[in-house]
Amino acid sequence: MTETVWRYKVNPRITQKVGEAVIWLAGGLTLLILMLLVFYILWNGLPQVNWRFLSSSPMMMGREGGILPTIVGTVVLTLLAVVIATPFGVATAVYLVEYTRPSRITEMIRFGADALAGIPSIIYGLFGFVFFVIRLNLGWSILSGALTLAIMILPTIVRTSEEALRAVPDDFREVSLSLGASRWGMVTSVVLPAALPAVATGVVLGMGRCVGETAAVILTAGSSLRLPTGLDSPVRTMSVHFYILAREGISDRMAWGTGAVLVISILAINVLVNWLAVRLARRGARR
Amino acid sequence: MHEYVRTGASVICAFCLCLGLLCGCSAPAQELGSAGVQVTLAGSTSVQPFVELLEEHYSAENPQAPPINVQGGGSTAGVQAAASGIADIGMSSRELREKELALGLHALPVARDAIAVIVHPTNSLAGLTSEQVRDVFSGRIGDWSELGGRRARIVVVTREEGSGTRGAFEDLVMADTPIAAGALRQDSNGSVRVIVAGHPDAIGYISLGIVDQRVKALRLDEVTPTTDSVVSGEYVLARPFLFLWKTEPPRAAKEFVDFVLGADGQELLVSEGLVSVEEP
Amino acid sequence: MRSDRIIEAILFVSALSAIAALVVITFFIFQTGVPAIFRIGVSDFLFGTEWAPTRGHYGILTMMAGSLWVTFGALLLGVPLGLAVAILTTEFAPPSVVRVLRPAIQLLAGIPSVVYGFVGLLVLVPLIRQVLGGPGLSILAGSLVLGMMILPNVVSISEDAIRAVPQSYREGALALGATQWQTIWRVVLPAARSGIIASIVLAMGRAVGETMAVIMVVGNALNMPRSVLDATTTLTSNIGLEMGYASGQHREALFGIGVVLFVFIMLLNSMARWLTRTRRP
Repeated sequence: MTETVWRYKVNPRITQKVGEAVIWLAGGLTLLILMLLVFYILWNGLPQVNWRFLSSSPMMMGREGGILPTIVGTVVLTLLAVVIATPFGVATAVYLVEYTRPSRITEMIRFGADALAGIPSIIYGLFGFVFFVIRLNLGWSILSGALTLAIMILPTIVRTSEEALRAVPDDFREVSLSLGASRWGMVTSVVLPAALPAVATGVVLGMGRCVGETAAVILTAGSSLRLPTGLDSPVRTMSVHFYILAREGISDRMAWGTGAVLVISILAINVLVNWLAVRLARRGARR
Repeated sequence: MHEYVRTGASVICAFCLCLGLLCGCSAPAQELGSAGVQVTLAGSTSVQPFVELLEEHYSAENPQAPPINVQGGGSTAGVQAAASGIADIGMSSRELREKELALGLHALPVARDAIAVIVHPTNSLAGLTSEQVRDVFSGRIGDWSELGGRRARIVVVTREEGSGTRGAFEDLVMADTPIAAGALRQDSNGSVRVIVAGHPDAIGYISLGIVDQRVKALRLDEVTPTTDSVVSGEYVLARPFLFLWKTEPPRAAKEFVDFVLGADGQELLVSEGLVSVEEP
Repeated sequence: MRSDRIIEAILFVSALSAIAALVVITFFIFQTGVPAIFRIGVSDFLFGTEWAPTRGHYGILTMMAGSLWVTFGALLLGVPLGLAVAILTTEFAPPSVVRVLRPAIQLLAGIPSVVYGFVGLLVLVPLIRQVLGGPGLSILAGSLVLGMMILPNVVSISEDAIRAVPQSYREGALALGATQWQTIWRVVLPAARSGIIASIVLAMGRAVGETMAVIMVVGNALNMPRSVLDATTTLTSNIGLEMGYASGQHREALFGIGVVLFVFIMLLNSMARWLTRTRRP
């Protein structure tokens, strides 16, 4: 490493102080913005949220009643999308990191994942609409929506899983292999558990994206307000409901209530997954 | 050499995966089975909330009727959904265009809706002539002072080009004069209202049914936009809400349409600010 | 081992799923969009300044300008902040602070784009209009909202990249008498450069591709923007705005915009790839 020569010597103690201060300021600013944002949403929305709101259906064009069908829709769509995407995503990352040397194929795969990550969600919506809803005749349905969302979050999971696996020190792998484990055994018993918290973060980011996705969902899962009765039912998610309410100006009250439930759900998901990841990692390390 | 074989094999593999997805899925998709008969309406986002309201009352009165799903997407999407059969009934908030008439669709008016030109409540103007409206929206008049108001740049808000609401506005007011390129485009009546309600110098046009105390509706050529003046024909800025279909809709759908056209349905729509299609 | 081979094969096929999905999507978009671009005329499409489908004009130059302005602004705001937060959580902050910050960042990531858009519309837009002038609906509003939205992406991936830098690098620098800041600035960050650039590229992709929040705050005017206070249209917001209503040649032109977005993002990725490749020793 070559040292660059500065024309003006700045006291490293000063750069340390200034640098550290700037960093802390950034963190504080981010936290402040988040708190203001969440506070604003909850302050407007929480007054609407009560048991009746959560358990009844929208009435009077969404001006009254509750959001039960949208909650069900969000949960089902997100879970299904994650269930479809995670195995593919993690498997891809495992293959890229553990089973291959850099080659044309791995470059192709990684390029494919990166390219998918960049595709705007509206294009996924267009694609999902033309391909799943029309071409495959699945109609506006949970299945169309989940498949579209799964493809959408696939690259996120691949990317973060890959970084997570790469972050696991090689020592872990060498020790395991030297003890006679097969490659797959090494991956499952040593590498994956160590990478699990970071992988979980990727899955959570993916889930968050599903819950928050609007354009792609409207075009593929529809926006019906009824409780879904099967995989082929159209369904409305909370984000879509929020968007329609807010955009049409039908009821700001209901929109904020939906927004509040959305934010609280995200918080709950995050807390749960982090807790899970910590527990799993602890169990894995103990073995 | 080994590397090339591998690359070739994997490309073929990926290609087969794609083909498999394209072909193989169609068959099982049909067997996924229906949750029973469903009625699907799709199209105009202006019409959607009203139809959802109607559906609410309809299914409350007829609990044994099959579920009715209402879907947005826009007037043109509604036309295409009806033509292709994805939806049993398409919803449109504008008259059909020439090319669409050739699709062989039945068009049934279920309500009439007026378009009101709106400004911020603090705006000093009470009304404009058609020509003034045209000049404002085309950019010819750029400042409120030219119309007798205070000195401020007019912020023009419009719907996007394919909107049924905009189409009607252009046909009835703008004629061949294009709307200014610098106009702010919004994708729904509601968001136009939000913008105009929040900006003292803004002007826009929205569905009469959703005008409330947050904005002020202007008189057009001395005519105040109300459901009465629309019924009487005095207020000319009006458009129909249409139900569209190509082939005869299933019985369940027809029963719903009968409800919409019946006394109860029309009364509901009128109470929400629309104009009935019944002759007075 | 046979089972190991089988597992490897399964993993390989799964990995191809990424390519398979990409191929299918690309095929669909290009199949409709490319002929449309040629029918309109490549230079008319890319460099035309008038977008008026009902009159047959399909020029997207103003939209490209809009996308560039908004994205650049978002990166300007989001990347330094995000990088700083990543450095904070990995290098400076005690575990107690990290335990607060990390869930906070994840929460930011989870808030739906439409909520950001709505809050931006109700809070940022009036603020900009009253304090800085213009219609409020502006490039600035779009950049601010997008900047906050891409922040978590930048943070999480940069964090991983920084944490992947071997501890020995840091220890070596400290042993040579460097302060913590010097270590981070001159040693850790350069070593983590590939991951950080990856995070910026993905963030750029996210910003370019964001539709809903942008539609709500950027004004969607079709003239050429001349300042950050002007309203503008981005490539994505235009598709989002018109897709539901467009048909025939209009819709095909929107697919053409999709093609442009696609190519642009491919170029971004390739650029990032090229940048990080030169780092390898």
